[in-house]
Amino acid sequence: MEAAKKKEVLFTVLAIAALLIVLIVLEQVLPTTHILFTVLRKGAIYALVAVSMNLLNGFTGLFSLGQAGFMLIGAYTYAIFTMPTAVKLSDSVYKYYDCAIHFDMPLIPALLCAGIAAAIFAALIGLPVLRLKSDYLAIATLGFAEIMRAIFQWDTLGPVTNGANVLRKYIDLTSIKLPFSDKPFPPTLFVFLVAGICIAVIMLLINSSYGRAFKAIRDDEIAAEAMGINLFKHKEMSFVISSFFAGIGGALLAMFQYTVQAAQFKSAMTYEILLIVVIGGIGSVTGSCISSFLFIACSEWWLRFLDEAKYNLPGMNILRSGFRKVVFSVIIMVIVLFFSKGIMGDRELSWKRIGAFFKDPFGLKRKKKLAAEAEVSGNG
Amino acid sequence: MEFIQNNLTYILSGISVGGQYALIAIGYTMVYGILRLINFAHGDVFMIAGLMMVYLSTWVPLYISIPLVIILTVLLGFLIERVAYKPLRSAPRMSIMISAIGVSYLLQNCALYFTGGLAKIYPQLPWLSNTVTIWGATTKIVTLVTPIITIVLVVLLVLLIKYTKVGMAMRAVSRDFETSQLMGIKINTVISVTFVIGSFLAAGGSLLYFTNYASVTPTSGAMPGLKCFVAAVFGGIGSIPGAVIGAFIIGICENIIKGLGWTTFSDAFTFALLIIILLVKPTGLFGEKSTDKV
Repeated sequence: MEAAKKKEVLFTVLAIAALLIVLIVLEQVLPTTHILFTVLRKGAIYALVAVSMNLLNGFTGLFSLGQAGFMLIGAYTYAIFTMPTAVKLSDSVYKYYDCAIHFDMPLIPALLCAGIAAAIFAALIGLPVLRLKSDYLAIATLGFAEIMRAIFQWDTLGPVTNGANVLRKYIDLTSIKLPFSDKPFPPTLFVFLVAGICIAVIMLLINSSYGRAFKAIRDDEIAAEAMGINLFKHKEMSFVISSFFAGIGGALLAMFQYTVQAAQFKSAMTYEILLIVVIGGIGSVTGSCISSFLFIACSEWWLRFLDEAKYNLPGMNILRSGFRKVVFSVIIMVIVLFFSKGIMGDRELSWKRIGAFFKDPFGLKRKKKLAAEAEVSGNG
Repeated sequence: MEFIQNNLTYILSGISVGGQYALIAIGYTMVYGILRLINFAHGDVFMIAGLMMVYLSTWVPLYISIPLVIILTVLLGFLIERVAYKPLRSAPRMSIMISAIGVSYLLQNCALYFTGGLAKIYPQLPWLSNTVTIWGATTKIVTLVTPIITIVLVVLLVLLIKYTKVGMAMRAVSRDFETSQLMGIKINTVISVTFVIGSFLAAGGSLLYFTNYASVTPTSGAMPGLKCFVAAVFGGIGSIPGAVIGAFIIGICENIIKGLGWTTFSDAFTFALLIIILLVKPTGLFGEKSTDKV
């Protein structure tokens, strides 16, 4: 058993190393504007945010829709803190306001600050809101995100947030340098490293005793309380940690986009992340990661031909800008209706499972097993 | 008195927006009362009704297009329920809610595809779009008519729910799903009727709302939708008079805030109100108390 576990860890480490090497090679070989990089970067960022949302929705059973709000806080904190002081004092970004913040900080501390700022807001809003149940919690957190969006666009806060105008000229993905040199750090690699470390931390948390307490709360609040779990403490903890990582996700998104504007963090963004979580499987970290890359690749890349009129059959005028999204949302509806468990259900990807899949891909054995499983669950 | 005099325009448009919100909020509150589902697609049904009016009014005269829009919207609501919610009736509640979000995403993307993302100019309705001046405040006739229409429709609806067989069935289903099924109530029919009524009112609301706002975009249903849900929660979800009163309060407050020059916060205020009411009185103004069973 112990040896098998060691082997599994070794495999995982090797796979991650291989992935990183592939990324480095890809960044050297392909042109930097290739759409693959957009998909990989955005996919990794959304994977982080989706996993953080899964921690709440899938593992703690708190149906929260505030993710866009926390990303907004993270993105703004990061952008304001890393923008060089000279830029802040000049007219190029803060055109209509005198910037009130007269310092800047390096990348990593700013990323942490982005997470901490989101976490502080989460702790404050969590005190009252986490007393609510299911739908009410969802709508209250959604409302909180909308309030945040309004506050960040408020004129009076202009000296800090630049009002409703964009923030730019902060440290973005292309301006990261390798330590102790002037060479640029491979941008996609950076996103993967940060998102990967954060997701690994969340996974460690889920597998710890706190994670088990979260799952107990999800399955039955009253039973969990009877077993001596402090409901409020654990809910608040899950909420704060989830928001911390959503904040870092927001900061990464800001780096990825080169500009930040409060208006883009609408509830539609939260819905997208929720759909990613659902498609991956509620309660599966690896599922969220896989589905996030699939979701972004589908919406940004693979279905792009649907938007172009030149692929129309003669006499048809169906393919034009926007058709991609229609097809995409139909696919999503089909998944939601017919595969409501998502890609992974509540299981995790493991080497054992991959091995089993390759020994018997879509074979008879699996069908038999599924039938047996259905029988068992039918009896239960 | 002077305050009212100065802000009459805002108060009038607040009352009118409140009436339009009320018509949408009823759809939310009825569906939630029966299915325990936040029908996120309802705001988009409202938007689609607006778009249909834009397109239909260029083809056929208004006296045909208005009834047609109402019929098509009702059909749309009915179809959404049958396709997206009915198959998930025994699934966990979260799945249905996600299905609702999916439908909302689909409707918005369809609207985006057909309009090309441009704001469409809503047709001028004769008489309703005319402007009038009362006590020095200039406004459209629709502003004055909306509250009256709203109240008439709400009274009719309350009568329907109180005194007809379908209404009785609705009340029974919202109390207890399974027991009412045992009593021989056809649940699917009742739920469909709920969606039909909700969509009918949304179509009516969209006629009044867009006459006031003059243009329709694919996302113009999202924010009113959320606000109307807030109104429904505010009044106590499941209660129709509650939803109407909540909608009027939110409509009026929102416009007074705009009048005070705090336009950025007019949306945020609604949600702040929601969070406060949920904390002080979680069941809303007229909501029924629920007890947790172990």
